[in-house]
Amino acid sequence: MLVSYNWLQDYVDLDGITPEDLANKITNAGIEVEHLNYPGEGLKGIVVGKVESCTQHPEAEKLNLCQVNLGSETVQIVCGAPNVAAGQKVPVATVGARIAGNVKIKRAKLRGEVSNGMICSLDELGFDHNYVPKEYADGIYVFDDEVPVGTDALPFLNLDDALLELDILVNSAHCMNMIGVAYEVSAILDRPIHLTKPQVEEADQRASENIQVVIADPKKVPYYGARLLTGINVKPSPRWMQLRLIAAGVRPINNVVDISNYVMLEYGQPLHTFDYDQFGSKRVLVRNAGENEEITTLDGQLRKLTNEDLLITNGEKGVAVAGVMGGENTEVSAATKNVLLEAAVFDSISIRRTAAKLQLRSDASSRYEKGIDRNRVVSAADRAAELLAKFADATVLRGVVDAGERTVPDRAITMPWQKINQVLGAELTLEEITGTLKRLHFSVETEGCAMHVSVPARRFDVTIPEDLVEEVGRVYGYNHIKATLPEGTSAHAALTPYQKARRRVEVLMEGTGLSQVYTYSLTTKESAASYAVRNQEAAPTQVIWPMSEEHAALRQSMIPQLINVVHYHLNRQMPNVKFYEIGKVFLPVAGEARPAEEEHLAGIITGQRNERTWEGEANAVDFFSVKGIVETLFDALGVSSQVSYRPSNRSGMHPGQTADILRNGDVIGYVGALHPGVEKDNDLNKTFVFEVALDALIRHGEPGITYQGLPRFPSTTRDIALVVKRKTAASDLDRVIRKNGAPLLHSLRLFDVYEGPHVADDEKSLAFSLVYQDPERTLTDDEVNAVHEKIIKACADEFGAELRG
Amino acid sequence: MLKEKLLELRQQALSTIDSADELKALQEAHVRFLGKKGPITEILKGMGKLSKEERPVVGQLANEVRQLITARIEEKRADLEARQLEMKLESEKIDVTLPGRKTAPGSHHLLASIIREVEDLFIGLGFSIEEGPEVEQDYYNFEALNLPKDHPARDMQDSFYITDDILMRTHTSPVQARTLEKHKGVGPVKVICPGKVYRRDNDDATHSHQFMQIEGLYVDHKVRLSDLKGILTVFAKHMFGADREIRLRPSFFPFTEPSVEMDISCFRCGGHGCNVCKGTGWIEILGAGMVHPNVLRMSGFDPGEYTGFAFGMGPERIAMLKYGIEDIRHFYTDDIRFLKQFYRA
Repeated sequence: MLVSYNWLQDYVDLDGITPEDLANKITNAGIEVEHLNYPGEGLKGIVVGKVESCTQHPEAEKLNLCQVNLGSETVQIVCGAPNVAAGQKVPVATVGARIAGNVKIKRAKLRGEVSNGMICSLDELGFDHNYVPKEYADGIYVFDDEVPVGTDALPFLNLDDALLELDILVNSAHCMNMIGVAYEVSAILDRPIHLTKPQVEEADQRASENIQVVIADPKKVPYYGARLLTGINVKPSPRWMQLRLIAAGVRPINNVVDISNYVMLEYGQPLHTFDYDQFGSKRVLVRNAGENEEITTLDGQLRKLTNEDLLITNGEKGVAVAGVMGGENTEVSAATKNVLLEAAVFDSISIRRTAAKLQLRSDASSRYEKGIDRNRVVSAADRAAELLAKFADATVLRGVVDAGERTVPDRAITMPWQKINQVLGAELTLEEITGTLKRLHFSVETEGCAMHVSVPARRFDVTIPEDLVEEVGRVYGYNHIKATLPEGTSAHAALTPYQKARRRVEVLMEGTGLSQVYTYSLTTKESAASYAVRNQEAAPTQVIWPMSEEHAALRQSMIPQLINVVHYHLNRQMPNVKFYEIGKVFLPVAGEARPAEEEHLAGIITGQRNERTWEGEANAVDFFSVKGIVETLFDALGVSSQVSYRPSNRSGMHPGQTADILRNGDVIGYVGALHPGVEKDNDLNKTFVFEVALDALIRHGEPGITYQGLPRFPSTTRDIALVVKRKTAASDLDRVIRKNGAPLLHSLRLFDVYEGPHVADDEKSLAFSLVYQDPERTLTDDEVNAVHEKIIKACADEFGAELRG
Repeated sequence: MLKEKLLELRQQALSTIDSADELKALQEAHVRFLGKKGPITEILKGMGKLSKEERPVVGQLANEVRQLITARIEEKRADLEARQLEMKLESEKIDVTLPGRKTAPGSHHLLASIIREVEDLFIGLGFSIEEGPEVEQDYYNFEALNLPKDHPARDMQDSFYITDDILMRTHTSPVQARTLEKHKGVGPVKVICPGKVYRRDNDDATHSHQFMQIEGLYVDHKVRLSDLKGILTVFAKHMFGADREIRLRPSFFPFTEPSVEMDISCFRCGGHGCNVCKGTGWIEILGAGMVHPNVLRMSGFDPGEYTGFAFGMGPERIAMLKYGIEDIRHFYTDDIRFLKQFYRA
């Protein structure tokens, strides 16, 4: 909403209040002034001149030589505007003047003729071309009324104004009109508001003889009023009105259209004018449109409606989409003589839906959506009638023909006045509270502890006691309220075990060299289901109207996005990167619209494990680098003994270098190399990834810690090298050794894997280091030997393992 | 005879020892002169052939010579060892300005750091951390927050709908509603709710279709707007410096009444006006307000008995202000050169 500082002075005395002051005060009271503009800023030396004579330039067909009276002198100005003529009063940029764009006007010679200045168009004075009236769009501006020659032209063009752009939120819709803003400013400044009642001189003839109004559904149309105006003379509206419209961002068209727009800006009441002679009946019927009923709107578009849309009809056919846009068939034209003026109230939700569906958001529809003053409808119609009589020569037929409720009572709110102090934490006196409410022009009565407030309909946003708390608070000023700390129950607070464990996971990941990233949850339909830890039976969850194919469906794994992040870095010469992400994945549930959400941890590494340095060569990351990361994590979380790995064949992963991660038998994740095909498609080097369901890992936090005393007796270390078939899994040997070594086998470590000469082609040698220990005594060789032999025998029995010599 | 021989031996031994330039030569000298088959041993073995008068004289001399040689060898050994150590140290000299072997830890995402800092502050103030689903029911995302269907304020946050009734949450406020509901009308409820939210915005320098929010909620008997002001002051000083002041400006949110925006005095210029605060001296940080009675009522709290405050902030905005980051997309592009800069954040 653009508010003209000059216009506002019609209603509130702004003496001593600069536009800056006003903007700050309005902002601090709750409606943000987003911009403060001075449309005449930078203009200088623009005066009103009178074109005494205008003759064609002897050397140039399209130029005119104008003798222009500037009051103190008459000068020659060369003017190329097609609409210049003798007798006009025009804005003149004199020699030395500054026009829009900080252009300086100098004395010039055009084809041999001296030009002492420039006759200006509105564009040259900084007006937005979109709002310049058609008659001045291609030429100079012409004052069509009495303005004194030789004086500063800026005030006559409203270029001494300041414009405040208000950011109107849902609760400040009452300020979507000048009167509403005036009430607000009156309260903020604590100055009186001056409003004048429209004066309508009505003819004897009754409007009701020529029109009747019927509302089909009073719930959706609480009120519909109509006035009839005859003998209209369609012409441009007066300069002051045009300029106010332009300032508000509305292009002047003609007096009839301009007046309805002007009254909407002033009163907040959308009005519509029909050409009565084209109306086709003497009856306005407001009803729901039929399914697929069609109407051609003012913009020439054929609109197809549904039975949810409100339609203004002449009893048969549609003449306007209610509150949204008029119909072409009844449009006011230059030839219009008689006008039917509509001032109505429509259900905001219905208007909102229709406007959204037709994609026709207009100044009118947005006011209906956000709310209008129920008690200003008839005055708005009167105001329009007053202006039409004055500026369009209209005869106003007697009476407003209407249906529905003309007015609504004020809203009564009763509350203990101390509640205001209780909620704000303030110590206002009753007088301060009632005084503040009275500044807002609410009437207040008190009765003991109770306060009865009567809120006028124009403040449709104030409905409950808390709204009054806010009204008092904002006008009084929150800055006057002292900060306190809560006095209530003190609460114990701590991270949950899960939250605590998750933080540890972050620290651990970063300790292993992975940097944390956040990627988008919404991805393409194609990649949404790929790399899921567990394949989902239902289709990926999709948004109804995606903004782009890139963000159309919810991810089931973070790997595809992490691949994109690595790809990004490769494209920028950063081939050695390691990332992890903790975030939700969204697993569709058959028969449910909402997916199950699981928090996962995923990681990706590629390139060199360590950078090449002065010491030596770099080493590329491999499967065991990435597996080491997850093993480190499981160790640190104390769950390694519950975790196992098994070879896995997953789409997008290398079939020979991928393992499922199981915890107590359930697959909770996987780790491995990307499939070479995926690497090729994404221009990646060898890349390794993992993803683990964090919920499954740390849902209940980390396992507790069981302390064990330090060993008091020495341990015995024995190494063995076992030759087994190549297909034998190291983890199986590990398991058998541990099982047979218990309880004396204290720890076990695989320290060598060998394939090659001295070992058969289909065999390999695995070397383990075993540490035996008893907490209660020193073990004898015989005791250790017995266990050791048992282990070797078990490995021989189970895997055909032979001791390597 | 023997006496002369011993004196000669002594002379020979001492010169051999003195000329030894490495431990091996010294060891050889030891074996040669003091060994079991060495000349002194031989002389001592041949003592029996000497007269009674000569025996003690030669014996004493032999022992003296042996002790002298032994001492000289030890002296020389110490000397040689010291020299050897010196050489070894010299040979082991390295360029200590060469780079060390670093382990390169990964970095914590800046947004995660900001969230963690806010979490820790509020845990200290007695707030627990609540999280909720990112795919939400329309009821929790809107209706329970006093945003019925067709409420015009829904325009403020156009949403990604999954079905007519299910959507990507547009704010973390539904966690408020869920948490209140869980408490079944009994306070206090004191939580902060960080998380991802989604809105239908085209990604550009200042908009992102996915971003973070942190919501705070405190519902108890007699919670006041002045308490909100107090808590937010603590927050502002903690996050932006002890000199910060705050101001509350009236605003509008459907789920709070009254509603306010919180500004902090500019941390760059201290409030005199600069390009960070656009000359105003104040920077808008977050939205807040007193929980709307409809919200309390819908989640089972009696607004006659309980009041509360709520606030919501954007970690991206805080990070962008704090570090002068110009483009919100950096947080989700995850360029390592961006991420690493906030390793210490």
